[in-house]
Amino acid sequence: MIKYIYADQLDNFPLLKDTMFKDRAGQFKVRHGWDVTVDENGYEIDEYDAMNPLYAIWEAPDGTHGGSIRVLPTVGPTMVNDHFSDLAGIKIISPVIWECTRFCISPRLTDGQSKVAASLILSGCELGVRFGLESSIGVVYSHTLPIYRRIGWIPDVIGTSGEEREEISVCLWPINAKVKANICRKSRIAPELVEYWFDQSFPDNAFTPVAIAA
Amino acid sequence: MARKLETFLERLDTTNTVDDLSSLADVLRDTYDVKNMSYLATNLNGLPFVSSTYDPKWAQHYEDQNYMLIDPVVRGALLQFNPLDWKRLDWSSKRTRSFFNEAVDFGVGRQGYTIPIRGPNGQAAIFAINHDSNDPGWDRYLEENAHDFMLISHYFHQKALAATHTTDPIEGRELSPRELDVLKYLGIGLSRGKVAEVLEISEHTLRVYVDSARYKLGALNTTHAVAIALARGVIAV
Repeated sequence: MIKYIYADQLDNFPLLKDTMFKDRAGQFKVRHGWDVTVDENGYEIDEYDAMNPLYAIWEAPDGTHGGSIRVLPTVGPTMVNDHFSDLAGIKIISPVIWECTRFCISPRLTDGQSKVAASLILSGCELGVRFGLESSIGVVYSHTLPIYRRIGWIPDVIGTSGEEREEISVCLWPINAKVKANICRKSRIAPELVEYWFDQSFPDNAFTPVAIAA
Repeated sequence: MARKLETFLERLDTTNTVDDLSSLADVLRDTYDVKNMSYLATNLNGLPFVSSTYDPKWAQHYEDQNYMLIDPVVRGALLQFNPLDWKRLDWSSKRTRSFFNEAVDFGVGRQGYTIPIRGPNGQAAIFAINHDSNDPGWDRYLEENAHDFMLISHYFHQKALAATHTTDPIEGRELSPRELDVLKYLGIGLSRGKVAEVLEISEHTLRVYVDSARYKLGALNTTHAVAIALARGVIAV
């Protein structure tokens, strides 16, 4: 299932934390060969992880990281604005747009990878629907764009750079209830499940009628 | 829905002093039917800034009891950037529950929504509204209005920065070439559809560019954004 966890709460989930940052090292440093830092623990961690981002993490049945995304608001520092604004010719700053980065899938997942990927996309979408956002922004490999299109989340590409397999795209994705319903249908994930994930991480204590009475 | 947001932003647009800002709570009550509104910034031009419709007795009591230290809303807003639905915070301790009940006795609504705001120069602020509806009614209310409050809170903050002559909130946030293009074409009177066509972008992307330019300029609508950009000489039409 998906868990939403702020960076400052990750220590309460030691196995998830450990496997997430190691999986990120494997994906971004080893497999993609990106210029990212891996620390003495084998963790791929950058300055944005220090800004108390919100992670949506797929927890595998054995309690390890199955996949994750990292979310930050664009009214603060973001990776897209700091490093990729030249591609898009714009630094996008808006209270109703959040950035989604470090889309990572665990190599331990032997099957169901596409389900986890769809779940992560939906978990980001759900944040937007619940918190009144309009869009998300991120950078992806251009060759992964068909995955998003297939799943019903059509990105607007606002900038590209690089060649062939290395080409990257800065993308904007719309977020609203209709988009969510569409992705749910195409990925065969029940909207109730997506809402359940959110409600588990942001539990609703029900104030009325007298629930709060001491 | 969009009409309510426009009504409020139009009113906010004409607000330029600290006193004016405080009177906006009434407008918010009328347009969004909220019980109370509060805005608190830790440091605007060196001073804390508070604008709220709470009973002053509650504000005093809150301060006397140092409730800031146990208020789960404050703790949440300091660490998290997502808007906080009060009933989704941790009220499990006896102290926080009795604090909550006292707040209700002083006229604070049982349901509330607090939006943490981060300024570019390290200012932190919170914007909150509260309400007296039951849970299902409140959930529907949030579904309908969460987006508006996200914008209202941030634009209110920008106005507070301006009214207190706090360092230019858009410092270091120059308009990007794409935003300049959009404002320029809108400025010469092209429709949104036409601008999107000329720039070969979707209407969704156009909307994002306009939103971003508006936010950087502290403009509450597109016309205002074009006017500011013209006045500053960053675009010419």
